Amino acid sequence: MFEGINPLNTLAFRDEIRGAMKKQKQRYNYSAYLYIAPILIGIMVFYLYAFFQNIWLSFNDVGIFGNRKFIGFGNYRTLFHDILFWRALKNTAFYAILGVPSIVILSIGLAWMLNQKIPAQSFFRTAIFIPAITLPAAIGLLWRWLYNSSFGLINHILGWFGIQPIFWLSDIHWVRWSILIVLIWASMSYMVIILLSGLQRIPSVYYDAAQVDGANTRQIFFRVTLPLLTPTIFFVSVVSMIGTFQIFDLIFLIIRPDSAAYQYANSLVTFFFQQAFALDLRGYGAAISVVSLILIFAVTAIQFRVQKRWVNYD
Amino acid sequence: MVGPFIWMFITSLKTYDETIHTPMLWFPAKAQWVNYKIVADKYPFLILYRNTFLVVIGTVISQLFFASMAAYAFARLKFPFKNTIFLGMLCLLMVPSQIFLIAQYNVMVKFNLTNTIQALIIPHMFTVFGMFLLRQFFAAIPMELEDAARIDGAGTFRIYWQIMLPLVTPGLVALGILTMIGSWKELLWPLIVNSDMSKMTLSAGLAYLIGEHTTFYQQVMAGAVISVLPMVIIFTFFQKKFVESIAQTGIKG
Repeated sequence: MFEGINPLNTLAFRDEIRGAMKKQKQRYNYSAYLYIAPILIGIMVFYLYAFFQNIWLSFNDVGIFGNRKFIGFGNYRTLFHDILFWRALKNTAFYAILGVPSIVILSIGLAWMLNQKIPAQSFFRTAIFIPAITLPAAIGLLWRWLYNSSFGLINHILGWFGIQPIFWLSDIHWVRWSILIVLIWASMSYMVIILLSGLQRIPSVYYDAAQVDGANTRQIFFRVTLPLLTPTIFFVSVVSMIGTFQIFDLIFLIIRPDSAAYQYANSLVTFFFQQAFALDLRGYGAAISVVSLILIFAVTAIQFRVQKRWVNYD
Repeated sequence: MVGPFIWMFITSLKTYDETIHTPMLWFPAKAQWVNYKIVADKYPFLILYRNTFLVVIGTVISQLFFASMAAYAFARLKFPFKNTIFLGMLCLLMVPSQIFLIAQYNVMVKFNLTNTIQALIIPHMFTVFGMFLLRQFFAAIPMELEDAARIDGAGTFRIYWQIMLPLVTPGLVALGILTMIGSWKELLWPLIVNSDMSKMTLSAGLAYLIGEHTTFYQQVMAGAVISVLPMVIIFTFFQKKFVESIAQTGIKG
């Protein structure tokens, strides 16, 4: 879910190109094309060609048997007036706006705690990772049971505080929250690991210096740790933003497509899957994926713009 | 974070009456291991595991091979349009995957590959991310090593295969583990391209299980435990490598 782009590496690569351009001594080695041929051909067929075919399809009305008719911006016009699309967009924004900050903040806290000298440290580090290797379907089964309105553990615990049972999986006002909670829970393991390794790379001289100056734990955390961790925090926020925009598994598995509440939890990707594959509206599905792409690019571009204000590169 | 998993395990050992008992019973009176047998008889876990194993192995090996070859070329060889091709690939890295799915599915239909194990592997054999990761490992190896081999008369392929590849083992392990996790958890693509239960991975097969039976939660939880346990065992053995691999994705430059 979260592997893929590393913007920081992209920056590093740019510097490297500049360096490489300076020393143009080595001769051309044409056998290099043999080395890149397999991946290049694979990428051309399954990604490059697929990309352009998808864009072309989005301007077509595609029938079940693959018969196409060019309809220009027809799909996009339909999309613009489709209440399900706006709902999916609203939900995706909901997951992103509430989910990403929660994931990032909670993961920083947890990583920081795990970086302290605590008893059974290695046990906790193992435990934290389990959601990251658990099948989405197992997570779905587990949380459907936890969210069960009559016998679920969550409603039982809420009952201690006198809270009436909540219909987590069918109440149209609650389904988004049900997904949000699992999203945060399931995404944290991966982020904690990355942040933990970021914490461990902070040179101890900084801490020593702060201690000599008489800083307390709180000051050290906010004045030393956090600023030095900003590149990793930025990376983690970009990755969770992209991951959250791609959310599919949890909604599909926890709320289930046959439930009436499904459209109130729908994300852009579940909406895409429903239209393109469950209803076989390929052209319309293609248009949804193009709009999602534009939105992700816009959001990531904004994140990169804003990062200059708060990320420290030394 | 682990609380839910403990509850999963406890539930899997209850009787049906104990799961729906009011007031809630925290523990079963007697551990019902029989739930596991019922679930194992009812669902084709062996086939699902075999398919998953084939898909994961096939994907990991082909990714490592193709990505390392290209990574070596991009890190060490000089050829026309090198940077243009590389940057072009990088751009694809940023595109969300659902944009490719319809056309990838059409390709599979065209080659009559739907409902096959190959269909689950082929589109995932090529990884730009992996190539990018490995390129950094190749670039970090001192040039002198390669020069020495070249003076001794080794050809480019021998240098790549016998000298360079062993030196980037940590990178290969990292990519292998990340690919393994991704391929193990992949859900969307198997749901799209296969519908036959005998050609499903565990990830997608289990998703069908949700649709069918969700009344007998003790059995459903036993099924979930069966799907979680093997990976947790592998993970506890190779914990350090797993963590290093994940951390690798976040390291700058």
